[in-house]
Amino acid sequence: MTDTLEAQSATPAGAGQAGVDDAFARFTNVQKSYDGVELVVKDFNLDIRKGEFVTLLGPSGSGKTTCLMMMAGFETPTHGEILLKGEPISGLPPHKRGIGMVFQNYALFPHMTVAENLAFPLEVRHLSKAQIKEKVARALAMVRLEEFGDRRPAQLSGGQQQRVALARALVFEPELVLMDEPLGALDKNLREEMQYEIKRIHASLGVTMIYVTHDQTEALTMSDRIAVFNDGVVQQLASPDELYERPENAFVAYFIGENNRLLGEVSERLGDDCRVQLDSGDTVIAKPVAVGGVGSRTTLSLRPERVSILRGDAAEQFDNQFTATVQEVIYLGDHLRTRVSVCGNEDFILKTPNAQGFGVMRPGQQIQVGWSSADCRALDA
Amino acid sequence: MSDSAAPLTTADGVPLKVSLRRAVRRSKFKALLLVSPLLLFLGIAFVIPIFEMLSRSVANPEVSTSLPRTVAALENWDRQALPDEPVFEALVEDLREGQAARNLGLLASRLNYERSGMRSAINRTARGLGSMEPPYREAMLDAHARWGELDTWKLIERESSPYTMTYYLSALDRHLTPDGEITMAPDNQQIHVSLFWRTFWMSGLITLMTLLLGYPIAFLLANLPLRHSNLLMILVLLPFWTSLLVRTTTWIAILQSQGVLNDMMVFLGVIADEARWQMIHNKIGTVVAMTHILLPFMILPLYSVMKTIPPSYMRAARSLGGRPFLCFRRVYFPLTIPGIAAGGILVFILSIGYYITPALVGGQSGRFITNYIAYHMQTSLNWGLAAAIASILLFVVVVFYLVFNRLVGVDKVKLG
Amino acid sequence: MKPITRNRALKGAGIAVAGLSALAVAVSAHAQQTLNIVSWGGAYSMSQERAYHEPWMEMTGDEIVNIDRSANALAGLRSQSQAGNVTWDLVDMLPADAMIACAEGLIEPLDHDELLADAPDGTPPSEDFVDGALGECFVASIVYSNIVGFNTEMFPEDGQPSTIEDVFDLENYPGQRALMRRPINNLEWALIADGVDRDDVYDMLETEEGIERAFAKLDTIKDNVIWWEEGAQPPQLLADREVAFASAYNGRIFDAMVSENQPFDIIWDAQVFELDGWVVPTGKLDKVRDYLYFATDTQRLADQAQYISYGPARLSSSDLVSTHAETGIEMTPHMPTYEPNFATAIQKDDEFWADYLDELSQRFDAWLAQ
Repeated sequence: MTDTLEAQSATPAGAGQAGVDDAFARFTNVQKSYDGVELVVKDFNLDIRKGEFVTLLGPSGSGKTTCLMMMAGFETPTHGEILLKGEPISGLPPHKRGIGMVFQNYALFPHMTVAENLAFPLEVRHLSKAQIKEKVARALAMVRLEEFGDRRPAQLSGGQQQRVALARALVFEPELVLMDEPLGALDKNLREEMQYEIKRIHASLGVTMIYVTHDQTEALTMSDRIAVFNDGVVQQLASPDELYERPENAFVAYFIGENNRLLGEVSERLGDDCRVQLDSGDTVIAKPVAVGGVGSRTTLSLRPERVSILRGDAAEQFDNQFTATVQEVIYLGDHLRTRVSVCGNEDFILKTPNAQGFGVMRPGQQIQVGWSSADCRALDA
Repeated sequence: MSDSAAPLTTADGVPLKVSLRRAVRRSKFKALLLVSPLLLFLGIAFVIPIFEMLSRSVANPEVSTSLPRTVAALENWDRQALPDEPVFEALVEDLREGQAARNLGLLASRLNYERSGMRSAINRTARGLGSMEPPYREAMLDAHARWGELDTWKLIERESSPYTMTYYLSALDRHLTPDGEITMAPDNQQIHVSLFWRTFWMSGLITLMTLLLGYPIAFLLANLPLRHSNLLMILVLLPFWTSLLVRTTTWIAILQSQGVLNDMMVFLGVIADEARWQMIHNKIGTVVAMTHILLPFMILPLYSVMKTIPPSYMRAARSLGGRPFLCFRRVYFPLTIPGIAAGGILVFILSIGYYITPALVGGQSGRFITNYIAYHMQTSLNWGLAAAIASILLFVVVVFYLVFNRLVGVDKVKLG
Repeated sequence: MKPITRNRALKGAGIAVAGLSALAVAVSAHAQQTLNIVSWGGAYSMSQERAYHEPWMEMTGDEIVNIDRSANALAGLRSQSQAGNVTWDLVDMLPADAMIACAEGLIEPLDHDELLADAPDGTPPSEDFVDGALGECFVASIVYSNIVGFNTEMFPEDGQPSTIEDVFDLENYPGQRALMRRPINNLEWALIADGVDRDDVYDMLETEEGIERAFAKLDTIKDNVIWWEEGAQPPQLLADREVAFASAYNGRIFDAMVSENQPFDIIWDAQVFELDGWVVPTGKLDKVRDYLYFATDTQRLADQAQYISYGPARLSSSDLVSTHAETGIEMTPHMPTYEPNFATAIQKDDEFWADYLDELSQRFDAWLAQ
């Protein structure tokens, strides 16, 4: 356990799976069913290193919150095991797990003042009055609410309540903090501010955090690693850049960031690449990531910013070049979003910087677009 | 507010404030029109009867209207000895007039409350007036012994005022001596004060019982999945759909000495046949039946409060390290206090006012003060005393309500 | 034709021998109406219905509505009179209540010889009715009695109780007693059981020593008493063997004995008898004049005794009392007024209770609560 709230050097967070031995928390083959008919969580595996910030990301109903509740002890796994510091915790009631938790609606006790809320976990641990007072003051300082100790939660703004909830989850110095969509109720500006705040506190305390959200931007901004959930299964577990640059299946590609999809089937393997015959009849060279052999269906994933508009005198050459028709141009200040139809896809999006040298396009105009086969990932259908 | 130099006006030049007031007045009038049937109903069915009751508890018109001459003649009486002939003559005249108008009954009843024997003194004397000849003093003393007693005359003089405290005094087991001092009634006639206390402590006990039984049910209601909680809610509300009498008599069938429960206990060998438990027609009967009947009034306010407490509070408390009971005591329980207070005041006030159930299952020892209000209304016909007891109850309820409002706040009360 | 003169005519013609047909002729001019008659309900109302209401309705076509409110009749009369809307036309009540109602002007004074039928032999009502049956505003129809009944199966055959002393004798006659929850009757019985002569009972009760003596006697059985309030309770308690003795109205015990074959018997010793009869709410005399004339004649009162064991209040009816309508039992020995039953009877002193009921009720309640 960390001794103080003083800053400790956070474990540098890297991509990739944590080693078996240094796993701080671990889910092994965890399954969960509420009704005995359907599995909400199917075979969940995850190792978390000490000090790591891991996000469970997914649409609602994907099983991510259930996993968090199982870790906290409010739900019991139907199958599998959850380990904390190498020890199975299935038999341990929630109050003995020593896990801090921040709830979606903050769950601040409305009949207690802010200071009393913060003192609660310390009182149940029988700390002395002086210790409690000191730790509460320090926790309030950490979230910059020194002046608000005597207020009731209802007298605080949403952001302030959020910070109190964070402070309360941290004040008893847990090694693991769980957060269940903690920023869901805040407006956009406040949310960004709080993301930064949580990140700062994580870095300064070195505490391990498991964070649940359905907001991909939030996940990308804050996490060391992200587990993308869908349908009770982890689709991909990787660092943010890895997830964005190299999604391993169509769901991840679609869920993280913006994505152009082209459907077709593999017609030929070309060493590291493959040739894909699109449903529109066009042929595309793509990088096979998750496809079967020749003849199997595939979804090609292509990030809008990786598609270039070619001018007549183009110096650059791409192994994929097509003629597109501009459908719509949306002005977004720093860049333009252009919807074109190409290769049978009417909703193909291009992003072009609003800068010198990028001419103005009009709907109906024919343009040449191109992309590298390395950026075009052939994924599962 | 600051007075600006040029008041704001609407487009057509009417000052803004005037225009606003006009608009507000119209909507206020409409609102008043909508609630006027209710206001009217409340006035007729609630305010007027209560006013009537309060005035009846102090009204004392009998002596002053039936014996005006006697009262006037007694003005200069020295209260040391029996009055002289003129007073008797005035009394005879008053009685003659009353006998002719046939309205001496109320006077006789009224004086008989204060002094037994006055009813026959008046009625018998009035019947014999036809043949009565002066001097009246002697004739009256012959007619009934009460007229020869100094206390009778002190009583008439005392009760000649149109208002009286005596109903309140006797509601509190006190009475006035002939010389107008307040004393306790003799021990063997004290009945009301102990009944007031019994009503209060048994209502308190019933409130506590409904809380102990209702709290877990309300908790279940608020936390079960909707499908189950709906079923449970129907079970809770079921008593509301059954007549009060049916529910009460069912308890008689269950609790009486030859009843279901005793039979079962005898059958199981828990008690001997000749040592059956006496559970009805006493305090136990009243508490059991009333707890059952009033339970929904505790459960509903509790439920409506508990429903608003998200489960995440308890989860948060657990995750912060509190043992389950401690979390309940420190977090959940304090949050349900408004529900407890609302249910408590509701059950307590209802219970103070119940009278059918205690009358049916309370026997002698489980009877409430309300049963005496009914008794004085229907049997003894001493409506003044009934009104005085009822007014004291009303006063107590109002005090409880004010304390409740001070401590918890009436706006926190919700029913479902 | 005014009703008064019609009644006169009837009497003059000597039709008061209760010839139904003649009466029918007399009332044929009478417009059909609805009479709201207040009574006690149960077996008693049934007997009135059979003896009075049904023949009357058949004869006149009137509609008679029975209202079971006699237990609170005085309160009802008061509130109807205060509201200025008296809906009751004729009320069956106790003479004590009638005295109060009369003094308050709630009911009509009655000129009995004027309003009521003569006996078949021409005796005027004022001489034909038993003592105390005709009050200023009251005309009795029955004599009933408060007695103590017992379940014969709860005592050995050679040890059946027979006197009021036995009711207070827990040693020789063990078991619970059911008594009515009021001081009336109980105080009288307590004094008699304590050895007071029945003629001195009410004089004793006017003194503090007398009251204390009565309560002291009641104290000896207090722990064995179940207090009842509804007339239907005592036969039920006896039948369930919850009690060995129960004070009751004699008609209720009789009814259980003959109609349900219950093993009950009555202690006629120290029966407290009382009258019960009609009063007319103020303003209703003209409306009910004919009915009252009919319902209080000699034959009607004798008829009622076929249905319930209450004695007719007219001397001339006694000879006409026959057998129980359903079982054919000879009714006379079950009447409170039957000579052997009547030997030690006490008449309830209405004037005493008018004066002392308020005070003694309170004292009785306080005593119960001790």
